[in-house]
Amino acid sequence: MSLDVNDLVIEIGGRRVVDGVGFSVAAGQRFGLIGESGSGKSLTTLAILGLLPEGATATGSIRLDGEELLGRPDRELAAVRGSRIGTVFQDPLTALNPLRTIGRQLVEPLELHGGLRRSERHDAAVRLAELVRLPDPERIVGRYPHQLSGGQRQRVAIGIAVACRPGLLLADEPTTALDVTIQAEILALFGRLVSETDASLVFVTHDLAVLSQIATDVLVLAHGREVESGPVEQILAAPRHEVTAGLVAAARATSWRPAEGGAA
Amino acid sequence: MSLLEVRGLSRSYRNPRAGARGDGSVTHALRPIDFDLAAGETLAVIGESGSGKTTLMRLLLALDRPSSGTVRFDGREVVAGPARSLRWLRRETGIVLQDPYSSLDPRMRIGTSVAEPLRALGIDGDRAALVRGVLERVGLDPELAERYPHELSGGQRQRVALSRAIVHRPRLLIGDEPLSALDVTVRAQVLELLRSLHHELGLAMVIVSHDIGLVHHIADRVLVMHDGELVEQGASAEVLGAPQHPYTRRLLAAAPRLA
Repeated sequence: MSLDVNDLVIEIGGRRVVDGVGFSVAAGQRFGLIGESGSGKSLTTLAILGLLPEGATATGSIRLDGEELLGRPDRELAAVRGSRIGTVFQDPLTALNPLRTIGRQLVEPLELHGGLRRSERHDAAVRLAELVRLPDPERIVGRYPHQLSGGQRQRVAIGIAVACRPGLLLADEPTTALDVTIQAEILALFGRLVSETDASLVFVTHDLAVLSQIATDVLVLAHGREVESGPVEQILAAPRHEVTAGLVAAARATSWRPAEGGAA
Repeated sequence: MSLLEVRGLSRSYRNPRAGARGDGSVTHALRPIDFDLAAGETLAVIGESGSGKTTLMRLLLALDRPSSGTVRFDGREVVAGPARSLRWLRRETGIVLQDPYSSLDPRMRIGTSVAEPLRALGIDGDRAALVRGVLERVGLDPELAERYPHELSGGQRQRVALSRAIVHRPRLLIGDEPLSALDVTVRAQVLELLRSLHHELGLAMVIVSHDIGLVHHIADRVLVMHDGELVEQGASAEVLGAPQHPYTRRLLAAAPRLA
């Protein structure tokens, strides 16, 4: 599914917090939005979902497969969320309902949007648990969020996001709260799901190293404005804007990579 | 002599419901561990959730009692007890935590917060001048002493937290994920600041982190922890360059790296 954002402006209390942002994501593309705190990356994501906070207004255009989303009533957007756009946020614990079993939560989008029958619930939940590689799917669907590890919870959140096979997967810092080995597993899962389901991916992060593992193209944001965009390799190798150069230099100064021929 | 000498240090917890559940009766948060830290040396403790790295940090600071073993600071045994009995250790150590917002009192002016260790430790002299000096040392405008934490950026707050940790001139700085909550450009600046403090003040450091990048850029030596156990230790260049333990290899392979 393609996504086209044009001249997006978001204002909160008369202040422009996102100022003329635009980008296009082709069907099946893995696109990254990167920036530091206050860059407008998360607000841009929320605008796509029609979930901007009270008091924030958005103008411009957000089209999903050519169809305008901006300005649509919430009831119509609610039908788009979960069925055509799947979303994964940073903290899986707050995204899950502590009082409902994993299985019930996995199939909720299918019940809301796909008319899943009660008798099909268990099998559908197990299939989703298998899809996101949760251990022991038959048993885990009967468990509750607090009984799962952080990485398992994020797998559940991803399972919910892809339940309806959405054409667009929107992920906002989905690995930031996870341990590094779990982060690697979750990134691999995103990569696999996107290629298997042929969905487009919009991946929001502050971490260039994470971005370079999952996205092919990127838009760099700073203070609500576009800084530059292009293929991730090009941005890393030859940033054209000083903000991007600063991000890349800071990432290199704080990250680690094995030496040539190193063991890792 | 070592600044820190850790011998056979462990911490385990009895599981109150062990009988009913039928599993082992004891959780080993930290299995017996030995290491030394020389004065002016930087040691990184890396590991993931549940590795025991926070338990170790709490034991080094006498915030918890070990199940076995000892910690010696400059030859003197560190024993958890009333605050009075630990004043000497507090004088020698400073702590920086992950989140500078929750580690600073929101109702206290920056200058008052930074001066607090001086008062608590009974260090006399021109405290205002010491506070101004240390704020300058961490790259902040001393005028910020009059401000409140909410008026500062995240990077400024972490610099304040650092200044508070070193205002009494400790010999050891302990950092628990000191860069994790910061934006990448700020992270690079605070990392550089930590390095310069280390070099110029001869400060020894124990940095607890899951961030291989931080470890690579700052540590002389590394302890790798997994499930409460020390699985590998050595010079950081060696451990990162030629990891011996399978877990270390897995951890390094998983670390996101720039293409």
